[in-house]
Amino acid sequence: MGKISLEVNGRKVEKEAPDNTLLSTFLREYLQLTGTHIGCDTSQCGACVVHVDGNSLKSCTALAADVNGSKVTTIEGLETNGKMHPMQEAFKKLHGLQCGFCTPGMVMSAVDLLQKNKKPSDTEIRDWLEGNICRCTGYQNIVAAVKEAATKI
Amino acid sequence: MASLVGSRVERKEDKRFLTGKGRYTADINLANQTYAIFVRSPHARASIKKLNIDKALKSSGVVSILTGKEIADDKIGGLIAGWAIRSEDGTEMKCPGNPPLAKDNVNFVGDPVAVVIAESLAEAKEAAEKVEVDYKVLKAVTSTADAMNGDTIHEGIDKNLCFDWLLGDRQKVKEAFDKADKVISIDIINNRLIPNAMEPRACVADYNAASEEITLYTTSQNPHLSRLIMSAFGNVAPEHKLRVVAPDVGGGFGSKINVYNEDIVCSWAAKKINRAIKWVAERSESFLTDIHGRDHVTHAELAVTKDGKFLGFKNETIANLGAYARVFGTVTPTYLFGPCATGVYEIPAAYTNVKAVYTNTAPVDAYRGAGRPEATYTIERLVEKASMELGIDKTELRIKNFPTAFPFKQTLVHTVDSGDYVAGMEKAKQMADYKGFEARRKESEAKGKLRGIGVTSYFEACGIAPSAAVMSLGCGVGLWESAEVRFNPTGQVTVYTGSHSHGQSHQTTFAQIAADELGVPIENIDIVHGDTDKGTFGMGTYGSRSLAVGGIAIVNACKKIVEKGKRVTAKMLEANPEDVEFKDGEFIVSKSNKKKTIGEVAFACYLPGVRDEMKSPLPEGDEPGLKETSFYDPSNFSFPAGTHIAEVEIDPETGQVKLEKYTACDDFGRIINPMVVEGQVHGGLAQGIGQALYENAEYDETGQLMTGSYMDYTMPRADNFPEFNIGYTCTHATTNPLGVKGCGEAGAIAAPPTVMNAVIDALGGQEVTMPATAEKVWKACKNLKKSNAKAA
Repeated sequence: MGKISLEVNGRKVEKEAPDNTLLSTFLREYLQLTGTHIGCDTSQCGACVVHVDGNSLKSCTALAADVNGSKVTTIEGLETNGKMHPMQEAFKKLHGLQCGFCTPGMVMSAVDLLQKNKKPSDTEIRDWLEGNICRCTGYQNIVAAVKEAATKI
Repeated sequence: MASLVGSRVERKEDKRFLTGKGRYTADINLANQTYAIFVRSPHARASIKKLNIDKALKSSGVVSILTGKEIADDKIGGLIAGWAIRSEDGTEMKCPGNPPLAKDNVNFVGDPVAVVIAESLAEAKEAAEKVEVDYKVLKAVTSTADAMNGDTIHEGIDKNLCFDWLLGDRQKVKEAFDKADKVISIDIINNRLIPNAMEPRACVADYNAASEEITLYTTSQNPHLSRLIMSAFGNVAPEHKLRVVAPDVGGGFGSKINVYNEDIVCSWAAKKINRAIKWVAERSESFLTDIHGRDHVTHAELAVTKDGKFLGFKNETIANLGAYARVFGTVTPTYLFGPCATGVYEIPAAYTNVKAVYTNTAPVDAYRGAGRPEATYTIERLVEKASMELGIDKTELRIKNFPTAFPFKQTLVHTVDSGDYVAGMEKAKQMADYKGFEARRKESEAKGKLRGIGVTSYFEACGIAPSAAVMSLGCGVGLWESAEVRFNPTGQVTVYTGSHSHGQSHQTTFAQIAADELGVPIENIDIVHGDTDKGTFGMGTYGSRSLAVGGIAIVNACKKIVEKGKRVTAKMLEANPEDVEFKDGEFIVSKSNKKKTIGEVAFACYLPGVRDEMKSPLPEGDEPGLKETSFYDPSNFSFPAGTHIAEVEIDPETGQVKLEKYTACDDFGRIINPMVVEGQVHGGLAQGIGQALYENAEYDETGQLMTGSYMDYTMPRADNFPEFNIGYTCTHATTNPLGVKGCGEAGAIAAPPTVMNAVIDALGGQEVTMPATAEKVWKACKNLKKSNAKAA
């Protein structure tokens, strides 16, 4: 057991957790932030992407202890004052989601893309999202949503 | 008021999904819950000599360990096949027992033998490692084609044959083939797929000792049907003491139709230990134990005249059922497959023969399209081959054999009410610039690349399904759907539907329908589904049935509301009910032009004395309240159709196939929400293209799944696709009041042959099996080089 101290979605949290607790488990089971999803056990699907100190990370690839002291943003922390982030708005407007399961990871990953590349091409968007699997949408409307969001940020 | 049906309405469900507030089964935690881990067979086929739980029971935190013995002692029933299929010789199909926990024999890797329940997940995992199972390993049967020659898997089921089924007339087909100028024949494999909904299966079972009620939260496409099966066949609890809730469900594609072992075991065990139990599949468990799809081996022949008229069709298929026959396991390779195998063509004589075999692999059941992708692949690969062998343009050959009039009495079973296949073909060709292909082929050749074009025209029977039809075909239940439309006194509406969304947008599209029918603003309409305690019995969501069956039930219930509203308005305004018209939410007396809004009528139905003078607005014979229910049983299937065209470019040096263009022109009848339909088409295409180019479930000869993770099973990624070019033609279905047909499965049905026809076209007609991986294609390119060199 060890003490995990993080700033999650702007709120300081401190919890005791076993040393082998994954960040994804810590968020879901210790903080009840169930918007971060677990879709696989090999770090392939990307449903668990969050931001750690501003960069996207598959939260199942890190131990909570590894990121001790970091600032973490999850899908629950993306709204400001009850208003959705432009990426969330674009996904809604352009039907970039269906069942919604991959969506939190997809959105967090896409937000990070625009932090690093303000006007990505279709190819750059598709390449960046290669680590996020969606089984519903065929990706086309996700790509369109990311492009739309790029015009709003 | 503008009509919402046909409009691009943004989804009501999106905000919660986009802000992390969706509530999936794995997000549910109950007070004092325990955690389940299933002990699964590592062998494909074995008998259980001994199972020892003594050490495991002493492990820290263990609450209970239950095995096949306890479940048998408690007379908990097994998993079932939902459709009875008869063999050609009249004998009943043969199905083995499928206990939720295996007691004597295991039949595929992942077959559960015990459940370990502990205070924490970590403790349950640790204890599960200590369960000792002594297996006598037996030789596994894994090959679809050779299954009938393997050892007998299930006692008493000779040749591992569930049934040997025939649809059609062999004699007529023989006569047709005797008259043919040419016979085109093909051998194809429809590769096994794993549905891979992104949300792994999960369940949380709870027992309330006070009410003696079990509540099961589960990842299901059809909670009512699950409850029925668990109660009637599983003997878990009577239906009134069993509540099944499917909250937000993260994709299904057919894989969440079935009641699974874990649902039954956790529900039963929760009562036994009087505590809640949570189980969440790891992805590797999903790969092993979710139902798989497809897996056919087919030989098919088409008899043609030299000018390209189709005379006869033969289809000999071996379908792999896996280890056990599950709910849609036996109907998928028969009635969902055979009738559609003659495609969109007038073929005077045809038959489909299916031998369904058991193997030591995961059960195979309905996966997006279910039978119709296999049917379409068979006929459309055959037609494409015919066009090559006859030297007739692939689109002209198809048009030549399209039906000329509707209703179209298709060769086997179906009467297709509506369609215009020629219009679909012409529009698809235009969208795809079919004429410009040869120029593009030359451009590719100049770059040292091979370019191919592939076409598919398809139809599918969906809107599953008219009760009379399905019962005559061997299904134990009719596949109608129910809806209940309930007004609150203050005018908002709750619609309860027996359909269930696992991504299909029902909260939005069903609300659009109700808004138009009732003239109530869409924001005042809620759609409720997924809970057996809320709403009437329902059949769930699969087979593109939610709109074409469930949507019509909503329409019909709304119409009953309007009828009652007319009677009430007439009484309130002292008019004749026949003189009351309803439009845009208002009841208007045509003679006096006096009116009442539907909100006023609803209020009066519940609280008659509050607004108007103190007298009841209810006509004699009408009860208070405003709530109506409809059970809708369709008169026929619905028949979406279309033409898809794909273009690929192959690098002969690497064998890489690049999908350059994909055009889909579909006829789904009337479209409720174009944005949602477009999304359904995209998603179906991605899965269909995935089957053609990337996905394959592979077992080795011992029955180990070689593609059991995302490291090994190729899931299509964003960078695998071009931008799809989507268009529509529209003929309204004549068999339902909305004129709708269904759109969820079309992409997965049409895309595999479309893409493969393009690949094979690029390879000069050389057959390649799905998925057309770089290795296979590279080898074919080498052959092509050799044969070209010889010809030169």
